[in-house]
Amino acid sequence: MQVEWYVSLIQALVVINLVMVTFAYLTLAERKIMGRMQLRYGPNRAGPYGLLQPIADLLKLLNKESFQPTAAIDWLYVLGPFLAAFTALTTFSVIPFGPGWEIGGVYVPGQVADIDIALILIFAIGSIGIYGFIIGGWSSDSKYALLGSMRTCAQLVSYEVSLALSVLGVVIMAKSLSLTAIVEAQSDTVWYAGPQFVGLVVFSLAGTAETARAPFDLPEAEQELVAGYHTEYGGMRFGLYSMSEYINLITLSGLSVTLFLGGWHGPGWEGATWAGPLWFIAKLLILLFLFIWMRTTLPRLRYDQLMRFGWKILLPVAILNAIVTAIVVVAV
Amino acid sequence: MTVLPSTRIYEGTRIPHPVPTILEVDPTEHRLEDILRINFGPNHPSTHGVLRLIVDLDGETVAGIRAVIGYLHTGFEKNMESKSWWKSITYAPRVDYVAFHANELLYVLAIEKLLGIEVPRRATWARMAMAELNRIHSHLVWLGTSALEIGAISLFWYAFDDRDEILDLFEMAGGTRMHTRYVQVGGLAEDLPPNFTKEARKFCESMPKSVDQYEALLDRNAIWLERTKGIGLLSADDALALAQSGPMLRSSGVNWDLRKNMPYLAYDEVEFDVPVYPNGDVYDRYKVHMDEMRESVRIVRQCLDRLDEMDGEPWIADDRKVVLPPRHELHTSMESLIHHFKIVTEGFTVPEGEVYVAIESPRGEAGCYLVSDGSARPWRVRFRAPSFAALQATATVVQGLLIADLVAVAGSLDPVMGDADR
Repeated sequence: MQVEWYVSLIQALVVINLVMVTFAYLTLAERKIMGRMQLRYGPNRAGPYGLLQPIADLLKLLNKESFQPTAAIDWLYVLGPFLAAFTALTTFSVIPFGPGWEIGGVYVPGQVADIDIALILIFAIGSIGIYGFIIGGWSSDSKYALLGSMRTCAQLVSYEVSLALSVLGVVIMAKSLSLTAIVEAQSDTVWYAGPQFVGLVVFSLAGTAETARAPFDLPEAEQELVAGYHTEYGGMRFGLYSMSEYINLITLSGLSVTLFLGGWHGPGWEGATWAGPLWFIAKLLILLFLFIWMRTTLPRLRYDQLMRFGWKILLPVAILNAIVTAIVVVAV
Repeated sequence: MTVLPSTRIYEGTRIPHPVPTILEVDPTEHRLEDILRINFGPNHPSTHGVLRLIVDLDGETVAGIRAVIGYLHTGFEKNMESKSWWKSITYAPRVDYVAFHANELLYVLAIEKLLGIEVPRRATWARMAMAELNRIHSHLVWLGTSALEIGAISLFWYAFDDRDEILDLFEMAGGTRMHTRYVQVGGLAEDLPPNFTKEARKFCESMPKSVDQYEALLDRNAIWLERTKGIGLLSADDALALAQSGPMLRSSGVNWDLRKNMPYLAYDEVEFDVPVYPNGDVYDRYKVHMDEMRESVRIVRQCLDRLDEMDGEPWIADDRKVVLPPRHELHTSMESLIHHFKIVTEGFTVPEGEVYVAIESPRGEAGCYLVSDGSARPWRVRFRAPSFAALQATATVVQGLLIADLVAVAGSLDPVMGDADR
C-alpha cells in the first residue's frame, strides 16, 4: 500500500517525540524503581511524585556551559555525541508498533519506514553508532576516556556478532528480514520466544552488553573509569550520550518484542487493531523493567570475563541455535 | 599464633624478607612504550577517601603501582598533645571515623593503663557491647562500599540501612550517632539508658538474618564469585611480612585475633569463634567479614545478658582525682566542688611513663603508644593504624591483575584514609 510522504513525515515527528518522552521518563522510572528496590524513595521533589524531574534534568543540562578540554579535537569532540544520538534515534523508525490503519481514507502504516531489510538496517546503523562512542572518547584527550572508549569499542564489536547471529533463527523461521513480516509470521504460528528460546536468551544477553547495561556496564564503570568515554563531556553533549544509551535500550527492547514476543499482537485482541500499540508498549515496559531490575541486582563482570563470555559462550550458542533452527526448518 | 595446615609459613627464622610496597613495571614483560600511566585518585569514585594510586597500565593490565598517601593528614596525634588528657579523647574516634568507638576505647584504655585505674565491670561490658556493635558497623560500611565497587549497587543501601540501626543504638547511649565520646576515663560518660539492652536485642535478632540475606545475594551470584575468588592473593608469609592484622591476616590463614590471643576488656569471658580462611583472596576477606559480623552479634548478646544482671551497678570508677564527681554533690560537698573545678580547668594528671596498648579494631591491630611526663597533657600520642599496614600490601596483592580487579582488591584491603594518614 502506498504511503503518502506527509503521513511519513508526521509519523516520524510523532514517533521521535514519543521515543524522547519514553527516554525522559525511563530515566525517572529507573531512578524511582531502583530507589524502591534500594529502600529509598528516588526523586520526589520536582512536581507530584517527582514527575517533572526529567524536565528539570533537561533544563539543567541545557543551561550548562559547553566546555571542552583544550587538547580535544574540536569537530570530532562535538561530532561524537551527535553521531551517537542520531543513530540511536534513527533505528527506531523501522520498528513496527501496529498493523497499520486506514484513517479518513489515508493509510497510516504501523511504523515510520517499512523496509524489507529492516533487521540488517538496524545492525548497520547500530555499528555506525559505535563510532560516536569511539571518537568521543578518543578525541577528548583523556586517559580515562580513552580506556573507556577502548572498552566500549571492544565490547560492542564483540557482542554485535552474537547479537546478529542470535536473530538468525528468527529470520530462518519467518523467512524474511522485514520486521512486519516477522511479526505477521508470529501471529500465524507462535511467538518465537517459545521455539527460539535460546535465541531470545542470547539476544537479551548480547543486547544487554550492546547497550552497556549492568552487568555489562564496563564502558562507563564508574568505580573504575570514572565515567568511561564521556568523562570529559558535560552539559547537553553528555545529555546526548546519555540519551543515545537509553534510546538504544528502548530500541533493543522494541526489537526483542518484535522478534520474539509477537510485536503488537496480544492474546484475544486479534481483531482490535487499535490495541496494537498498547500491547507493544506494555511488552516494551516489562522488558525495560527487567533491565532496571538487573541493574539493581547484579555485580559487574570483569573485562576479560566479558570477552570470554561473548566469544566462547554466546557466539557458539548463537551459531548452534542458527544451525539447529535451519536443520529443523528444512526438515519440517 | 596458629596457622591453618594448608598455608605455608616461615620455618626456623621468624624474620621475613622485605616485601616491596611499590610495584615497578617489569621491562621484560611489558614494552615500556605501551605503558599508560594514570592517576587513580586522590579524587576518584572508588578510592575510599583520598587514596592516590599511580597505576601503570598495559592495556587493562596493571603493570606497576605505587600508592601515595597523606592527603588526609590532619595532625590528630600532634593536636592531642596540646589538649588535656580528657579533652583529647574526642580526637581519637576521628582518626578512624568508621571504627570510631574502637579508637576511642583504645585511647582511653591506654590512659587507664598509665593511671592504673580500676574500671567497674558494668562499664567494661558496656564498652565491649559497643565495640562489637562498632565492628558490625565498620564491616557493614566495608561490605556496602566494596560491593558497590564490584557493581552490586543495591547492597550499599541494604548495608547502610542496618548500619543506621547501630547508629541509633549509639545515639541512644551517647547522644550522637558517630564519634560518641561515650567512653570516659574510668568508665562511661553516662549510664546506659534503661531500654538500651531491649533495643540492642532487637537488633541482635535482625542482624544475623540480614547477613544471611547479604550472603544469599552475593554468594549465589556467579558474577560475584568470579570477581572475587582467586583475586588479590596474599600469602600468610607476605601477610606477616607486611605487618597485616585483623581480617587481612585471618583471610590469609593465620589465626590471630587480639581478642583471643591477648584478651582485653572481658573477651576471655565470652564465647566466640575467630573465623579463619586459607586462601587470602578477596572472597576470603569477604567471608571473614561476614562471619565476624555473626560472631560479633553473639558477643553482643552475651554482653547484653551480663549488662542486664549488672543493672544499677556503678558505670564509672570512684576515683575523685580522675573522675568528675556526681552533679548533686557539687551543691553540698566542698571537696567535690574543688575536684570538679580542678578536673574541668586543669585536667587530671597522669603519672610519668610510657605505654603501648593494642586492641582488635574492626580493621585489625589498632595500637596506641602514649608517653606521659606527669602533666595534665599527653607528651606523645601515636596510633598504630591497621589501614596503613593494609595499604602496604597494595603492590603485593595487585600483581598481574586487571584494572577492574584493582578496584575490588583495593576495596578489600578495607583502608580508611583517616586512619592511614591520621
